[in-house]
Amino acid sequence: MAVAKESADAPALALNLPETPRHQYLAFAVMVVFFVAAPFFVYPLFLMKALCFALFACAFNLLIGYVGLLSFGHAAFLGSAGYLAAHAAKVWGWPPEMAILTGTATAALLGLIVGALAIRRQGIYFAMITLALAQMIYFFCLQTPFTHGEDGIQAVPRGMLLGILDLRQTMTMYFVVLAIFLAGFLLIYRTIHSPFGQVLKAIRENEPRAVSLGYTADQYKLIAFVLSATLSGLAGATKALVFQLASLTDVHWTMSGEVVLMTLLGGLGTVFGPVVGAVIVVTLENYLAQLGSWVTVVQGFIFVICVLTFRRGIVGELGNILKKPL
Amino acid sequence: MSTVFGVPTQALFGQLLIGLINGSFYAILSLGLAVIFGLLNIINFSHGAQYMMGAFAAYFLLQWAGLGYWWALLIAPLVVGLFGIVLERTMLKRLYQLDHLYGLLLTFGLALIIQGLFRNEYGSSGLPYSLPTQLTGGQNLGFMVLPNYRAWVVVLSLIVCLGTWYVIERTKLGSYLRAATENPALVQAFGINVPRMITLTYGFGVALAALAGVLAAPIYQVNPLMGADLIIVVFAVVVIGGMGSIMGSIVTGFGLGVVEGLTKVFYPEASNTVIFVIMALVLLVKPAGLFGRER
Repeated sequence: MAVAKESADAPALALNLPETPRHQYLAFAVMVVFFVAAPFFVYPLFLMKALCFALFACAFNLLIGYVGLLSFGHAAFLGSAGYLAAHAAKVWGWPPEMAILTGTATAALLGLIVGALAIRRQGIYFAMITLALAQMIYFFCLQTPFTHGEDGIQAVPRGMLLGILDLRQTMTMYFVVLAIFLAGFLLIYRTIHSPFGQVLKAIRENEPRAVSLGYTADQYKLIAFVLSATLSGLAGATKALVFQLASLTDVHWTMSGEVVLMTLLGGLGTVFGPVVGAVIVVTLENYLAQLGSWVTVVQGFIFVICVLTFRRGIVGELGNILKKPL
Repeated sequence: MSTVFGVPTQALFGQLLIGLINGSFYAILSLGLAVIFGLLNIINFSHGAQYMMGAFAAYFLLQWAGLGYWWALLIAPLVVGLFGIVLERTMLKRLYQLDHLYGLLLTFGLALIIQGLFRNEYGSSGLPYSLPTQLTGGQNLGFMVLPNYRAWVVVLSLIVCLGTWYVIERTKLGSYLRAATENPALVQAFGINVPRMITLTYGFGVALAALAGVLAAPIYQVNPLMGADLIIVVFAVVVIGGMGSIMGSIVTGFGLGVVEGLTKVFYPEASNTVIFVIMALVLLVKPAGLFGRER
């Protein structure tokens, strides 16, 4: 959406290029080195939170940045995957890999249902429908007994990954989270650079034309939606294990707003933007936590400033200055 | 005590009335959203926050200026509407050339700011606002007691909604508005000041939200987050009704309020979600909404 209307002066996205340009390898290497080195300097739990949200934001960006669909209900996938993963690990006593898979599969299924309904309308209606359906899922989580209402599912055991890796060790957990993030990131990167991703972009730029060329736009949109929901679920399930907690915060609409904020701040439709945005927003919340509800006010101001002054986001603007899409 | 389908009539009519009251708010709010969307192509996410501001304006008028309910009914929409006009002039008007979604994001940010600021100042528990003395008490209708204030809310909402419908569909001013919704450039070329019309329309839509807020203040308490969840339900109402028709918004608003009230009687667990379920069904059967058309 964002890029669609500004395409005249917007940075030519990397997607137009047949091969991955060298500077993107470089940026990717910088990101990997940063996240490998960071836990030796920064509190790892904080970094894991940032990584989970970065994956969440990247998954969200797949929709808004490359299909032009603004989902305002992505918290539903993050949160319900978290609940199911926590329930599987704690009540059913499943190992972490099965718990994460359960959560992710839940999100995929929900994504299929929500997506199939929401893609029936476009633009602004799409945002309202996803928001409303997510609110329905929120009320379901609030009322159903297994989520334990306001308490959430607490003290979720992390367990042994594949029976080998002891996730109770913070560093082990950290590198597992990093591996999950990188896998998700690369999957998204691969998707948007594939022929499938090119069709998605074509639909974003001009849906009627894509349809007239014989592409079934709805099918492409639905697949993209399910993929995005699934990866959001992966982030949510992982997050539940990291914090050993699944709570209503992750299903609430404020969380859906937060992921929009991260992606907008980092740069809609940029490869690395959501990661940068997620790290900044998580850091900001960390510092502002003692200020209580001022966090909301600050988030609101960031929204307003982003929309009014730099719609490309931080990474988008950087890419524009460097004349290299990031 | 008489019963209908095993439910005491008293409870049934009580919930029907609550449904009508909620329906009034849905109708006024979705009407405002529809009017704003028609001309500005922006979904006003801060509509819920502006509804809350209306209730707070009434509260402030009473606390600071000693002006009661009746004055609040007049002044609060004006003040909040003016606030809306300032927002439109300073921020929203920069977005008209861009994708519609930026308007949604901007107004979402504004809603966060407004609700956050009020919550910092007044916490998240409600502030009481008493009924106007003229409207306390109720009428005994035989099968139930109808509180005067609640009857007043329903009647006034109907008048406001139908009045808005009349102005838009049946007057010269309304014809300019509808023409500008269809083709602003052409209307501008005929010498009508479209930008000013857009500004006033936004102000009017916001004023409607504030009016709903004043009406709600004595029923629900004055609470910084009173509009936050409501706006999501109103979005669902708008999706169900479709934003193409003014009358459609009104009918859908009242109708869904009643359906929600009835759900509270027969299957209370679903009362929070029934509107969203209806939305999902409508999307399956008639994606453009009951009164909408594809644009």
